[in-house]
Amino acid sequence: MTTQAEGGEGPVQGSSRPKMTARDVRVSYGDIEALKGVSIDVSTEDVTAFIGPSGCGKSTFLRCLNRMNDTVASARVSGEILLDGHDIYAPDMDVVQLRARVGMVFQKPNPFPKSIYENVGYGPRIHGLASKKADMDAIVEESLRRAGLWDEVKDRLQDSGTALSGGQQQRLCIARAIAVNPEVILMDEPASALDPIATAKIEELIDDLRGRYAIVIVTHNMQQAARVSQKTAFFHLGTLVEYGDTREIFTNPKQPRTKDYITGRYG
Amino acid sequence: MDRQGAGVRGNLSAAPTAWGSDQMQARIRRRYRQERNFKAMGILALMIAAGFLVFLMVTVIGSGWNSFRQTQVLVPVTFEAERLGITPEQARADPRALSRANFQGVLSDSVERRFGDDAALVSDGAWLALRKAVEADPALIGTTKEMWLIATSNIDQLSKRQIDLDADETNRPVNDVEIAAWGRLKAEGKLRTVLNMTFLTSADSVDPELAGIWGALKGSFLTLVVTLAISFPVGVLAAIYLEEFAAKNRWTDIVEVSINNLAAVPSIIFGLLGLSVFLNTMNMPRSAPVVGGLTLALMTLPVIVIASRAAIKAVPPSIRDAALGIGASRVQVVFHHVLPLALPGMLTGTILGMARALGETAPLLMIGMRAFLTSVPQGLTQPATALPVQIFIWSDNVSRGFVEKTSGAIIVLLVFLLTINSLAIYLRNRFEVRW
Repeated sequence: MTTQAEGGEGPVQGSSRPKMTARDVRVSYGDIEALKGVSIDVSTEDVTAFIGPSGCGKSTFLRCLNRMNDTVASARVSGEILLDGHDIYAPDMDVVQLRARVGMVFQKPNPFPKSIYENVGYGPRIHGLASKKADMDAIVEESLRRAGLWDEVKDRLQDSGTALSGGQQQRLCIARAIAVNPEVILMDEPASALDPIATAKIEELIDDLRGRYAIVIVTHNMQQAARVSQKTAFFHLGTLVEYGDTREIFTNPKQPRTKDYITGRYG
Repeated sequence: MDRQGAGVRGNLSAAPTAWGSDQMQARIRRRYRQERNFKAMGILALMIAAGFLVFLMVTVIGSGWNSFRQTQVLVPVTFEAERLGITPEQARADPRALSRANFQGVLSDSVERRFGDDAALVSDGAWLALRKAVEADPALIGTTKEMWLIATSNIDQLSKRQIDLDADETNRPVNDVEIAAWGRLKAEGKLRTVLNMTFLTSADSVDPELAGIWGALKGSFLTLVVTLAISFPVGVLAAIYLEEFAAKNRWTDIVEVSINNLAAVPSIIFGLLGLSVFLNTMNMPRSAPVVGGLTLALMTLPVIVIASRAAIKAVPPSIRDAALGIGASRVQVVFHHVLPLALPGMLTGTILGMARALGETAPLLMIGMRAFLTSVPQGLTQPATALPVQIFIWSDNVSRGFVEKTSGAIIVLLVFLLTINSLAIYLRNRFEVRW
């Protein structure tokens, strides 16, 4: 938390001051190097999409941003990742706090097998964000509203979260991530297990959430990246090939590999 | 071989598969036949298993049923104050004076007066009923009262038709005098059969008609309480640590192999371990449920650890990711999410382990829980025996009356087992999370 004061740039403007900064991030699983030096900036104003063929390292990189790779015993991470200018891999960084600040939504909807209310309220409860029942009720309602799920579930908050449809479950997971008031939300192919209508709802939701949270979304669906994101990063074979405005990437890619990928030459 | 025509082999580009051909039809018939055969074998296996179970139940209940019935003889008991050695006033003033009173003498006098000297018809232990009667009503002293008293085992066995009357006197446990007396009593209506409360409420005895299962049942219960209290928390915590926290390296591999091996160690070895550690080194009380429980806990522990680890492994990793992803610590992940989901599986393993512990005899023999005890254990450190040990002791007894007691004890053991298993299954279903 040093740069905020030192930067001296005043209030955040545009994408001038990134929320998260990665410099030369390398990840290896045992002998296999999955990421070969990735540098990227992520800002709160934009939705950033990571695209690329399977196994290109985009999910691996995403999981570095909230240190979910820590749970993989063989994973080695080097390089520098800053959140508000503070190194998240620094020894004094509290992982539990980091993951509350950098929330995550997974590929397959994974609500807890508990009530809808419990699902959303769990994060605030373990972080002590609400001391009274009324505060908790307010957090749950607000989170579900932001996730666009409130009207569908307000009469059955005590039903199991696993009883919802796939799309509703994924929005519940987003509500759960929102409930702890994160600064960044990472989404790992959040719509890949959903039907087109549920996918459209998730995409609308991502658009609604833009600006409030820095959103990073991994997707293998290029149309989706084009629809929801303002910035796009194209990964290939563990390297960041190209990063820029989504419009630029899709209409006027600078790298031939990017062009081949988005025109469907390989993938 | 012309299999091409049948479409069995050949190029994919050839004619469409001839499903209607004879070979194909024969193949389909063969497949159906295999299915039918397999089903028949499955049903046969099930029937064999059910047959064994029914056979066991029929034999055990058939011979054990009698241990829940007791034969009693109607005897006019004269409570002579001189023979008893106390007066009604003394009895009223201080109930403890009854412990000095000579009820045995009164009993033998009354029986002798009624039946003569030769036949042992009333159990020696029947004086306890006399004492209870006087305790309840001290005015009985100096009067005569008709009382139903426990018959001896021989009369009991005669009443239950367990004695072959045609056999030669030297070859049967009951002599002719007793048979004659029994016949007389029966004709006079001075015999009755009632629920055997003695069997259900007392501990072991040398006399079969006075022996009861309550002491062993309580001993088993106390032992299992200790076993459960030690092995369940320790086993579950060990499993959680190994699965969720321990680094995967050579040491944890060694621990895993050791636990698996421990589960296969014969139970008598655990008995020897308990003997040398708990009794000889730690000087804990011999024959006590606490030592039995600790020994059985050592034996049950690996079973619970293995089952709990399997249950933890079965919890989907996505749940862990979800909890970690919103900033739960590892302990919170385990206790809020993994443990509740794994608990039903852990309980299943615990049921199996406890059922095995309940039926275990050998380790208890090693730590002295096969003692002959005529009193019901009152605590964890008092000498006790256990149900399977009691069955073992009784099955060894030559007296005819103990045959039915052995089967009766087996029934009690099975009922106890079913009870704790149903309880555990009920708990498991309560904790089961529906997805």
